[in-house]
Amino acid sequence: MSNVPGELKYTKSHEWVRVEGDGTAVIGITDHAQAALGDLVFVETPEVGATLAAGDACAVVESVKAASDVYSPLSGEVTEANAGLADAPEAVNQDPYGEGWIMRLKLDDPSAVDGMMSAADYESGLED
Amino acid sequence: MAERTPLYDIHVEMDARIVDFGGWDMPLHYGSQIEEHHAVRREAGMFDVSHMTIVDLHGPGARAFLERLLANDIGKLKRSGKALYTCMLTPEAGVIDDLIVYYLNDEFYRTVVNAATRDKDLAWMSKVAADFDVTLTERDDLAMIAVQGPEARALAAGCMNPEHGDAALALPPFVGGEFGELFVARTGYTGEDGWEILVPGEVAARWWRAFADAGIRPCGLGARDTLRLEAGMNLYGTDMDESTTPLESSLGWTVAWEPGDRDFIGRDVLAAQREAGAPRRLVGLLLEGRGVLRGHQTVHVEGLGEGEVTSGTFSPTLGRSIGLARVPAGIGERCQVEIRGKRLDARVVRPPFVRNGKPRV
Repeated sequence: MSNVPGELKYTKSHEWVRVEGDGTAVIGITDHAQAALGDLVFVETPEVGATLAAGDACAVVESVKAASDVYSPLSGEVTEANAGLADAPEAVNQDPYGEGWIMRLKLDDPSAVDGMMSAADYESGLED
Repeated sequence: MAERTPLYDIHVEMDARIVDFGGWDMPLHYGSQIEEHHAVRREAGMFDVSHMTIVDLHGPGARAFLERLLANDIGKLKRSGKALYTCMLTPEAGVIDDLIVYYLNDEFYRTVVNAATRDKDLAWMSKVAADFDVTLTERDDLAMIAVQGPEARALAAGCMNPEHGDAALALPPFVGGEFGELFVARTGYTGEDGWEILVPGEVAARWWRAFADAGIRPCGLGARDTLRLEAGMNLYGTDMDESTTPLESSLGWTVAWEPGDRDFIGRDVLAAQREAGAPRRLVGLLLEGRGVLRGHQTVHVEGLGEGEVTSGTFSPTLGRSIGLARVPAGIGERCQVEIRGKRLDARVVRPPFVRNGKPRV
């Protein structure tokens, strides 16, 4: 069974968002996504300072099998990218909601998070 | 409904992630493809390759049939059990498939061809066989387990009765033989020592379980692909097909030109290409920058034009990306590969990338 933490928000394309109190949000891919991809061997994180619109391809996660795009769930500016993934892409497999985070966004509109899927919504989508 | 091997249930029991592989439900991995890869390089792993097609050839015309059918020469096979790797070609010298042939006696040969090409292979072999006194029998009653890795033979032999185990351990490379209900051959597709074992389907699961209990790690077809690519071995349908010749697929060594009067199918066209020089060749690539080579990426060769990556992956042993690419024949030591809109530097190397656990590039 996939781990779907209740405090996070989700997208249909299997990204998660953790809203911080300072107008930023941390973004990664879900446990379900990392399991489906298999062992990750390469993660291309976005450039700090890049401006993203919701739905933009912002990162690439590449497993032994294939490369997949990661889409920004929200609009904003990249303020931090997880540099640790350059040498340890397997962190996304081992700890997708912790050490395996991908980027931090300064949100254009923090209230946009409210329109995202809850853990329960995301989980029920996985069961379909 | 996909086809299943006699080992399907035990794969599920062992938590395999099952995927469709050319119409077969096969294990992709049992948790971690990379750990399975390392197990084969360092200790021992095993693969269910029962989806492959085994065809026995019987009859006084078997030898003449294979001399006509195959680009390599079965006349090289002198001792019973000896195996030969070869292509069979169209009249235009395109590769129909690559296969292994075992010489058992003058009127009995065993061939193992690919799963995805089963139907066309059987049709082609039957068509050519019509002119010879030979019968083709598909052995779909047999399952096939490949045990591979530096410790694989010893661990598998420990599961056999001692007499059979000792005799099997004495097999030289590329030779097979029958030991009780098993046909054991010292061959493989990983670049490691090991055996490919043919076993009656109804007892295959029992042997699989015994091998697992002995410490041979079940491995999926994902690891099989990264291992074969590190070993520099072609995958049919990916690195070569009917639009490419063996000379364009780094398989010139499998073409037997002597004896000069052996009229194998495709010989004339292939000889003309050999004379003129093949315009393309298949080379190994090592990606210098960060990223992963994948099939169909474009290769840029300065002054010579373009080529294409045929297979690419991340090499768990080397910790970087490797691939095979079909490129203009005059390529030097360097090229660039276009990956998601960027041109990344790659070095041209001669495979294998890894052999017997050791980097070779």
